[in-house]
Amino acid sequence: MAVSGVHPLAATIAAWMWLLPVFPLLGFIINGAFSIISHAHIGPADPDMGHGSHDDSSGGESHAAGDHEDSHVVGKPRFASIVTVLGPGVIFLSFLLAVGMFFAMRGVDMSTPFVQQYWSWMPVGDLKLDFAFQLDQLSMVMVLIVTGVSTLIHIFSIGYMGDDEGYARFFSYLNLFVFFMLLLVLANNYALLYVGWEGVSLCSYLLVGFWFKDKINADAGKKAFLVNRIGDVGLLTGIFLLFANLGSLDFTTLAASTGSLQVGGALVTTICLFLFFGCTGKSAQLPLYVWLPDAMAGPTPVSALIHAATMVTAGVYLVVRSSFLFSMAPIASITVAVVGAITALFAATIAIKQWDIKKVLAYSTVSQLGYMFIGVGVGAYSAGIFHLATHAFFKGLLFLGAGSVIYTMHAAYHHSGNHADAQDMRNMGGLRKAMPVTWIMMWIATLAISGVPPFAGFFSKDSILNAAFEHSNDSILSGATWLGISGHTVLLGVYVLGLAAALLTAVYMTRLMLYTFHGPSRTTETEQKAMSEAPWTMTGPIVVLGVLSLVGGWLNLPAIAAFIGPSGGLDKWLNPVVGSATIAMTNGTAVEASRGTELGLIGIAVVIAIAGIVIALLALKPATLVTKDQSPGEHGFEKVLAEKYYVDEIYEDGIVHPAFMTAKNVLWRGLDVGIIDNLFVNGSAAVARGFAWVGAQIQTGSTGVYAWGIALGAIVVLSVFSFR
Amino acid sequence: MLAESLGLSAILFVIGVIGVLTRRNAIIIFLCVELMFNAVNLTFVALSRYYGMGGQVFVLFVMTVAAAEAAVGLAIIISIFRHKQTVDLRNINVMKG
Amino acid sequence: MDNYGLFYQFHFYLFGVIAIVAAVTFVTRKSPVAAAMWLVVVMFCLAAEYVMLDAQFIAAVQVLVYAGAIMVIFIFVIMLLNLGEASDITDVRGIWGKLLAGFAGLVLIAELGLLTRTGIPSGKYVVGRDYLGQQLARYGAVGAVAKPLYQDYALAFELTSVILLVAISGAVILGRKEFTRAR
Repeated sequence: MAVSGVHPLAATIAAWMWLLPVFPLLGFIINGAFSIISHAHIGPADPDMGHGSHDDSSGGESHAAGDHEDSHVVGKPRFASIVTVLGPGVIFLSFLLAVGMFFAMRGVDMSTPFVQQYWSWMPVGDLKLDFAFQLDQLSMVMVLIVTGVSTLIHIFSIGYMGDDEGYARFFSYLNLFVFFMLLLVLANNYALLYVGWEGVSLCSYLLVGFWFKDKINADAGKKAFLVNRIGDVGLLTGIFLLFANLGSLDFTTLAASTGSLQVGGALVTTICLFLFFGCTGKSAQLPLYVWLPDAMAGPTPVSALIHAATMVTAGVYLVVRSSFLFSMAPIASITVAVVGAITALFAATIAIKQWDIKKVLAYSTVSQLGYMFIGVGVGAYSAGIFHLATHAFFKGLLFLGAGSVIYTMHAAYHHSGNHADAQDMRNMGGLRKAMPVTWIMMWIATLAISGVPPFAGFFSKDSILNAAFEHSNDSILSGATWLGISGHTVLLGVYVLGLAAALLTAVYMTRLMLYTFHGPSRTTETEQKAMSEAPWTMTGPIVVLGVLSLVGGWLNLPAIAAFIGPSGGLDKWLNPVVGSATIAMTNGTAVEASRGTELGLIGIAVVIAIAGIVIALLALKPATLVTKDQSPGEHGFEKVLAEKYYVDEIYEDGIVHPAFMTAKNVLWRGLDVGIIDNLFVNGSAAVARGFAWVGAQIQTGSTGVYAWGIALGAIVVLSVFSFR
Repeated sequence: MLAESLGLSAILFVIGVIGVLTRRNAIIIFLCVELMFNAVNLTFVALSRYYGMGGQVFVLFVMTVAAAEAAVGLAIIISIFRHKQTVDLRNINVMKG
Repeated sequence: MDNYGLFYQFHFYLFGVIAIVAAVTFVTRKSPVAAAMWLVVVMFCLAAEYVMLDAQFIAAVQVLVYAGAIMVIFIFVIMLLNLGEASDITDVRGIWGKLLAGFAGLVLIAELGLLTRTGIPSGKYVVGRDYLGQQLARYGAVGAVAKPLYQDYALAFELTSVILLVAISGAVILGRKEFTRAR
């Protein structure tokens, strides 16, 4: 640890940084206690136990409606008011503390991170792991995003989950998730980070399978956890290799000891590739992205928090944290960028043909995560974090908006007794009249995600693609060879793929807006009368996120746009953390493209974004849509897209089924039953029985046997003497 | 003559052992035991040439004890026969268990 | 192999062979009476062996006591219990039993062979050569045995008579017809 003496932050409010995860943990415990208590009183014939058993193909979204006319038990769950205050309250407290710490950091020299060690966790031989938090600029950014967006989503959940019988349980799980996420971003060593990593996996399982009484939801939760687990093997292997070769797992110690590693050598590349494999699981890249679309079976606030803003970004955070490693392994970095680019395009093509609102947003998340990995892959680490932040804003907004839409649709369906799919866009249409605020906010988010200036997404996406283009010429990557192709060509290809994905992003987002909010309404009259804007607890956070999507881009303005405000804010802020890695990536020269190139690139990006929107507006005719039940099936390539390239089916037949068969026949029947049960357990019993049989021969009473015994005994005794 | 005597004695003894292990009639088993006694007597006599007259004296004792044992043993067989009407070894399993 | 002329050696081997053949025949007879007869043959052969080995008194005692008294007891009992015929119960055991017993016998022979080789140094006289001949010459055949019997082993001699007494009493008691009734 490079702290000499006492860090200047220790005298400020940052000394209380341990409270950051403790607040949500307390929330988890108290809300969990409420949840257990409230469930302990349910009697044998409680009609409330039957909720959540819908048979939507997209996975049972609960009613979450405020007006029941049927005979369900009505009313808020027990302790609802306390949980309503406590659940979001603890997160808000953490957020306030984080803001205080941010201002403290601004007034202090932060060239070294502020590390607080709480206890010595695993002193084993050479391994000395501590439970310690590290506060530097990067973790500050992440903490602010996590606590800030979490607060908004908690407030949203008050309205959304208001009538669910698992209200307290939901908030306890959400709080637990925030706790683990804060552990992840505040950890000062890989092991503690891994604790947080696994913890958010666990919470993802709990939350995605929240309405577990439906098998689809429970399976989705399992899938999320298991696929993440597969990636975690890679992460663990990377951590093991790090420890085996560098002898430590602290970030600061490792960053200082990278001199012993050979740049571009096999070891660094291997470590980085293994770490990245873990990221493909957590951040839903190829090949382990398959859990994210299924995870839409969970409640929408879960999708907004976990699968848009926080958990899936943990992979990006890990890469940036390990930037001192990735900047030494050009092949690994190029791999990261390539995987990100391919994933971005791949997911975008699937999103064009999805009909479920949440599925579109899920694939959009996968695609945008691909962008973040392009950014950190080419070495633009602060650009990647920038896109992470803006993505949290607009994707969170999109999910919350979709949640409002679904809430309203459910309310309408309850009013009319319709049992159609409330999430399918073919059943919606013309909703802007009923939900104007949501409509406008979602358009802001759509423009942001498409990359239209001056919204947030434009700046972040632009900085990533520009970095990809520029680094193709002037970085250690451009000189490297990746699978036989020169790095320069690969990065150019990454840039082109990124542009294509941007085009498709604009297309499918506009498509979503068109089908949902514009055009003729495909709902009935009775339903339209019951539709209205969602309660303020739900639209409030949406508005806040809308504002952030509008101005969030100004965090890191490029130099050209300096007329708006101070430029490069985020870059300068993160420089102490990733600066050396960025410099290493660009061969020691700060990449400063010419004004002309920059303007050209920006222009291309804007043109693509607007072109995408225009194409969608012209080509798609919402008037020709019919409701889902009446819609014809898909054909040809559209069917392939709608069926998501049959990836799940391929995995099922190619990997899951053989693994299951192997486990069942070889491991279970062969090893477990055959060898362990039959050979060892039954076998030892048989051996004992055999010995008993031998012993029983002494008691037969048959003189002949006794005579034999005497003769044998004599022979044995004689043999002892004869062989002496 | 010593080696041949000892060899003959061993063979006769082993024939007696085989007889004990193989036969099922109690009396015949007894007779096999007598054969084993005789074989041992031969050993004693053969070795008395080298080790002194004690060998032949011991033969006398062996014969005496063999006679006593035959008397008692046959009395036992008679009483068993009175109970079970058979001298088949398979049926003499009162000690079972 | 000293002191023995061809006469003695030839007759030793002759009676040895006859003894072995008679013993094998004895073991395989189905009728107890036949078996007893063959055992008598074995005993006679052994008596001849004793004569070859310069133990004439023992040979005589063998014939008198063993063949003449003990075997007679056996024949008495067999006749008493009417077990003379060859019957099923006198059958030898199955083929496996015989094979196994034969194998055990072979093992035993091998071990005995090993033991005699290591335990008894052949040809080593402890009491000097021709000790037997001297004893025979001095005391005669009977005296050579009687002298140590009544002098060196007198205690054993007396104990043997006690054994005989006990055996007689035991045999009488065991042989009574009804011994359940307490006297």
